[in-house]
Amino acid sequence: MQAIDWEFVVGHINYWLFIVLMMTGFYIVVAKGNLVKKIVGLNIFQTAVFMLYISIGKVTGGTAPIFPLDMNVDPAVVYSNPLPHVLILTAIVVGIATTSLGLALIVRIREEYGTIEEDEILKIEKEMALQDVRQHSEVIGERG
Amino acid sequence: MATETVLHTALTLVDQLPALQILVSFIAAPLIVVLGSRRLAWPIAFAASALSLVIAAILLSQVLDGSIISYRMGGWAPPLGIEYRVDAANAFVLFLVAAISTVVLPYARTSFSKEISTRHHTAFYAAYLLCFSGLLGVTITGDAFNVFVFLEVSSLSTYVLIAQGAERDKRALTAAYDYLIMGTVGATFFVIGIGFLYMATGTLNLADIADRIAEQGSNRTIRAAFAFIVVGIGLKVAMYPLHRWLPNAYTYAPSAVTAFLAATATKVAVYVMLRFIFSVFQPNFLFEFNTLEFIILPFALIAMFACSFVAIFQSDFKMMLAFSSVAQIGYILLGISFLTETGVTAAVAHLFNHGITKATLFMAVGAYVFTANGSYYDTIQGLGRRMPLTSAAVVVGGLSLIGVPGTAGFISKWVLVQGALEKGWWPVAILIVASSLLAVIYVWRVIEVLYMRPTPENCEVREAPMSMVVPMWIAALACIYFGLNTDLTLSAAQTAAQGLMSGSAGMR
Repeated sequence: MQAIDWEFVVGHINYWLFIVLMMTGFYIVVAKGNLVKKIVGLNIFQTAVFMLYISIGKVTGGTAPIFPLDMNVDPAVVYSNPLPHVLILTAIVVGIATTSLGLALIVRIREEYGTIEEDEILKIEKEMALQDVRQHSEVIGERG
Repeated sequence: MATETVLHTALTLVDQLPALQILVSFIAAPLIVVLGSRRLAWPIAFAASALSLVIAAILLSQVLDGSIISYRMGGWAPPLGIEYRVDAANAFVLFLVAAISTVVLPYARTSFSKEISTRHHTAFYAAYLLCFSGLLGVTITGDAFNVFVFLEVSSLSTYVLIAQGAERDKRALTAAYDYLIMGTVGATFFVIGIGFLYMATGTLNLADIADRIAEQGSNRTIRAAFAFIVVGIGLKVAMYPLHRWLPNAYTYAPSAVTAFLAATATKVAVYVMLRFIFSVFQPNFLFEFNTLEFIILPFALIAMFACSFVAIFQSDFKMMLAFSSVAQIGYILLGISFLTETGVTAAVAHLFNHGITKATLFMAVGAYVFTANGSYYDTIQGLGRRMPLTSAAVVVGGLSLIGVPGTAGFISKWVLVQGALEKGWWPVAILIVASSLLAVIYVWRVIEVLYMRPTPENCEVREAPMSMVVPMWIAALACIYFGLNTDLTLSAAQTAAQGLMSGSAGMR
């Protein structure tokens, strides 16, 4: 068996962390029945992606991408790449909008259904669907 | 080519059209909120939409010969600046989106008056315009990250629009919530894909990415990017196993919103998919080839059959149409998976034809909801004679959905079958025809319910108001017109397909 390439593993530490965080968030979205927890999971999921972007902006030995005031840029100085950071600023705004809209929807769901647990909502919706079928199913019923 | 022009020459209004295409509705949306006037909201929304349609028509006429308009946002030259790029493929989609919106809005005014309480109307039209400009933005932009931003602008406002259906049925809220969760996961996958592309190529301009991938060939990062982007956009397209959000969202949203979304939102997502599969990634790299043939093709076929079957057994007209939408998206994806010019032509043509067909049918559903207060089969039975115009529109739309010669749906299915035979995949061609037979069953059920069943006694239902019937018939006549006169759709679809199939060269 080939020995583990530790240099590779440690060298990609940001990716490992990102994968763990992302899967944690994704698991919460899929597995948790509480609607608010789902939104929290979604946030962790998105944050993982933000961190991926931010980490790829780092250039080895690079400093903060701020030019000196007199704009005499020394070509020898290595700067990190600011572009991914700027992109993520936009993505964070989108993420906040999504979170707030999701929470607003949950408030409305709580008002209408009286619960924010997914299984209870499904039970209510199943009841509603059955009622629809009872009320409107003559058309199907005739077909035996 | 427009990129040759010197940066600081005075630009005329015509040169600014690509920016105006987005800005008109993008500025009109907050204007509606700021003015806060219930009477002005609709006229502003309609004016913005109509103006966008004019702009889209001018842009389409400029690029129909295969040329490309490249617009520099803020004067920053691509690949550093954000570029708006109009070619035959996306001008066609822009035109579809703007046309549908302009037709649906007059209808929406009457439909909303019954389905949504008046105090929500101003905010509603603002959300509608945001959704509209988001869809236009996704289509027109030539920058990968910009696609994501506009995708989220349109998605977020779509969630709001769907949730407005809660006044009729509270299930609209959970439908909107489910779509929010799934849509956000899809969009995040899309961002990961773009991140990988940026890592591999160091650029975000779509044409530039395409060039770099063509130069350096494929590697594992690019393949991962491809997978993430296809899954992420697949969610927005409602590609078969990722379609669960669609039926509920379409069923419980207000009728006019469903008509607008069904005709535009998934179609724009299909366009993004086309753009990435054919222009950005090279269609000839093996991984993509295998993905299309062994994943997208089978799923498209399953969608065509499974969702048509489910549609047959619905007892709600609107729900039936929603499932039929997933099935029809199967045809579009099937065309894409052929990876030939004929296949892509069929996909682009079906994108347009299915858009107008579904707009007709969903507007008809809205008319039944308006007059009979529901769209269940037992609610609308026997209404064929009470609402002759609406029901006739259902017949026209239904025939187009099946693909009867003389309607728009026939043209694209015909090209699709041709594409299958061209590849020698005759079993696929047979399956296309067989699944159309399923469409015959579910459309026939509606027609039977409308015309052959007795009208319930003491039924007070009258024909829907003209403000609903006229837009519906504009769409229905478009179904017939584009079924008889195929010049515009097929030539535009073909030019678009040629541009897309030539890969990165088509982006220059």
